[in-house]
Amino acid sequence: MPDPRWFDDEEAGRHVRPYAITGGRTRHSRHTFALITLVVTRSPDETGYEPLEPESAEILDVCRDRAVAVAEIAAHLDLPVSVVKVLCGDLLNASMILVQSPPAETDKPSVELIERVMDGIRQL
Amino acid sequence: MPTALKILIAGGFGVGKTTMVGSVSEVPPLETEERITEASLGIDDLAGVEGKFSTTVAMDFGRITISPELVLYLFGTPGQDRFWFMWDDLALGALGAVVLADTRRLDASFASVDFFEEREIPFAVGVNCFDGRRECTSRQVREALDLGPSTPVMLCDVRDRGSSKTVLLALLEVARAQASARLTAAAGR
Ligand SMILES: Nc1nc2c(ncn2[C@@H]2O[C@H](COP(=O)(O)OP(=O)(O)OP(=O)(O)O)[C@@H](O)[C@H]2O)c(=O)[nH]1
Ligand SMILES: [Mg+2]
Repeated sequence: MPDPRWFDDEEAGRHVRPYAITGGRTRHSRHTFALITLVVTRSPDETGYEPLEPESAEILDVCRDRAVAVAEIAAHLDLPVSVVKVLCGDLLNASMILVQSPPAETDKPSVELIERVMDGIRQL
Repeated sequence: MPTALKILIAGGFGVGKTTMVGSVSEVPPLETEERITEASLGIDDLAGVEGKFSTTVAMDFGRITISPELVLYLFGTPGQDRFWFMWDDLALGALGAVVLADTRRLDASFASVDFFEEREIPFAVGVNCFDGRRECTSRQVREALDLGPSTPVMLCDVRDRGSSKTVLLALLEVARAQASARLTAAAGR
């Protein structure tokens, strides 16, 4: 009879491996990101040319032409969101990206903001 | 740099969440996942948490560029997975939510309704009329889900962009009323 734990390990391995990219970190020590924090790559001449992990280099590629949400980066790279947040934290430390956080939870949306969204949806 | 906002599309398994995201999004729905462990409750390192609670939650989302300054993301919550509620980042700061319901399985929407009510997150209920099925009226759904008078209930077809837009606008109307009530309350203080 197959040992059920064996299958559990297989299953877990698929998800644990991405954290090898972050050295086991599941959170960044300095920076917090939301699912919809937007990321833009800074132009190369403003940043150094440190050798990067392939995943970090991919993030810079994905965010070169427009602001991309952390969740979108995770989808494009097929990595868990928390791994992308750690990698983005390192890129931010290295001044290789610019980020825009969404409005804070305590900063409730104004009537005007909601109306702008409504107008946008009507025009779809 | 633009600002990003989000709206959640919640509801039970197979109720049409991904279809709704796809019908209004400017890109085909994208998918991503998060590993929910006790790490999300305050442990920073995965080492030593084996054997403790851990699950992977997947969800899909789409994007609507409202203007050069404003991008709206629509997140379909994972219908099958009761653990998405632990993914704080998913609901935190949302403009509001659409709770999709299937009249054949209304009980599948209870958990979502409770979740948004408790957190006072504005929401609207969309009754997805599979193949034009309308065997319930919106009043019956309102009673079955025990909804307050300010929560809209709309019959819809999530495959249709116009219909999905109508539900989103109903939700945003609730959000606007809430925002305007906040203003009044602040002025009265
Ligand atoms: N005929 C019909 N089919 C629909 C309608 N809405 C959704 N479907 C189908 O129902 C199935 C489930 O729809 P999804 O949009 O994947 O539902 P979901 O809520 O994202 O499902 P999960 O993510 O698995 O919980 C798909 O095969 C859709 O094509 C509808 O209004 N009419
Ligand atoms: Mg789905």
